[in-house]
Amino acid sequence: MDRFLFLTFDGLSTGAVYAAFALALVLIWRAARLVNFAQGAMAVATTYVGYTVVSGTGSYWLGLGVAVLAGLALGALVERVLMRFVGHANPLGEVIVALGLVLLIQAVLGMVFGNEYRPATVPFDTDALSVGGITAVSPYDLWVFGAVMVVVVLLALLFTRTSIGLRMRASAFAPEVSRLLGVNVGRMLTVGWALAAAVGALAGMLVIPTGLGLHPHAMDMVFVVAFTAAVVGGLDSPAGAVVGGLLVGLILSYVTGYLGPDTTPLAVLVLLLAVLLVRPGGLFSSVKARHV
Amino acid sequence: MSAEPILQVDGLSAGYGAVPVLREVTLSVPTGTIAAVLGANGAGKTTLLRTLSGLLRPTGGRVLFDGADLRVVRVEGLVRRGLAHVPEGRGIVAELTVDENLRLGGLWRRDRADARRAQDEVYQLFEPLARRRRHAGHQLSGGERQMLALGRALIGRPRLLLLDEPSLGLAPRVTAQIMALLRQLCDSKGLTVLLVEQNVRSALSVADQGVVMSLGRVVMATGAAQLRDDEKLRHAYLGF
Repeated sequence: MDRFLFLTFDGLSTGAVYAAFALALVLIWRAARLVNFAQGAMAVATTYVGYTVVSGTGSYWLGLGVAVLAGLALGALVERVLMRFVGHANPLGEVIVALGLVLLIQAVLGMVFGNEYRPATVPFDTDALSVGGITAVSPYDLWVFGAVMVVVVLLALLFTRTSIGLRMRASAFAPEVSRLLGVNVGRMLTVGWALAAAVGALAGMLVIPTGLGLHPHAMDMVFVVAFTAAVVGGLDSPAGAVVGGLLVGLILSYVTGYLGPDTTPLAVLVLLLAVLLVRPGGLFSSVKARHV
Repeated sequence: MSAEPILQVDGLSAGYGAVPVLREVTLSVPTGTIAAVLGANGAGKTTLLRTLSGLLRPTGGRVLFDGADLRVVRVEGLVRRGLAHVPEGRGIVAELTVDENLRLGGLWRRDRADARRAQDEVYQLFEPLARRRRHAGHQLSGGERQMLALGRALIGRPRLLLLDEPSLGLAPRVTAQIMALLRQLCDSKGLTVLLVEQNVRSALSVADQGVVMSLGRVVMATGAAQLRDDEKLRHAYLGF
């Protein structure tokens, strides 16, 4: 029972990171109809920036803030100077450009920071606390879960309660109509990329210090799992991304805990296949006709 | 009614790729009037509206709106100048609620109070919308969608309204209501309407001017009453 609880909390904590990362993928998918394969590498880059600030100033919180700001800037930059000019005529073009960006970012990070693992500190204890004789959850796990949930709520409020959120949704669903109503659709796309990359940057700062280690390829596996989570939830659904992330986190935690870590990548593949076979649109896909 | 045209189109040509669809279209719409653009499928009516609002780049000619050349205005800037385009297929955002669609129509406005007032007016004007504020666009009936698209355009308090097939798929009674509303807005608020319609009878019932297009050209432009009443003319150009 102890072990089950431990795996559950551990799964929810890493699941929260997958949820954030999946959410970032969904944000870009909804805005631009493309899967940002460079998101993992972008998050590693901003995490390097964040930890450079942490080691320079000694403040984790300053580093976290700078990493998120760097995410905003990097996301806007990638959209403005790169993705905007990749035609939609050939969907493979976008994938190839994104993969090229991955290679570029990883090579630059290797040249600037080196290809060996660098230490990264965290502000909270990562050892699980004992509460009433049950050892289940660490303070760091709580911080990760709490931080992601706060971001999820803030994003939900942004999209449903503010006028820029309304503009962003309208641009994604009906770009031409939005332009006729005076919405600068191009700018909304840039804002969407910036937001997504900032959320990805947060996820990188949260997950890289634990287990992964700071390394140019640190987020490769996280990206694969988060992509699975996004597909599980339905690429079009932010709520699906969050639930999918938590669900995938839990499943992987149980698989790793009970069957051993070697089976984890296999479990991701099985899950992805199962969802694609049974419910190709994802758990949260809504089948509704678009009459436009 | 002022004699000064709010919209002046001179020799406008446009097309998709190498295929020309509009061929030197010239027309003029006086302020506060309704011009009905009529013609068969493929005559270029929708293309005309899309070129006027800049969604399609003209290959030749010019468009003067209130004396200003529209070719240099970005699509996003049109509402601020007082031009609203309700595209074909009703152009509502199906994923957003009725309320969100209407808010979207007023977001660009500096005068927030008037944008809210305009929204309330739309709810008064279109009773069914007021009862379905929280419904998503895709849950609405065809008539409600048309009301929403038209209402959303009115929130910008436009001076020129480009309307593409407002009667498409609507019951005759609803069509008549919408046509009557357009007439009333023109007479009371000085709104100018360029109306593209397949439904010739209902369009001519409210229009001041009838513009008949065929194969991308304007083949005739005359008073709507004349087109409506002169059987020979109607038969020759509109086929009934």
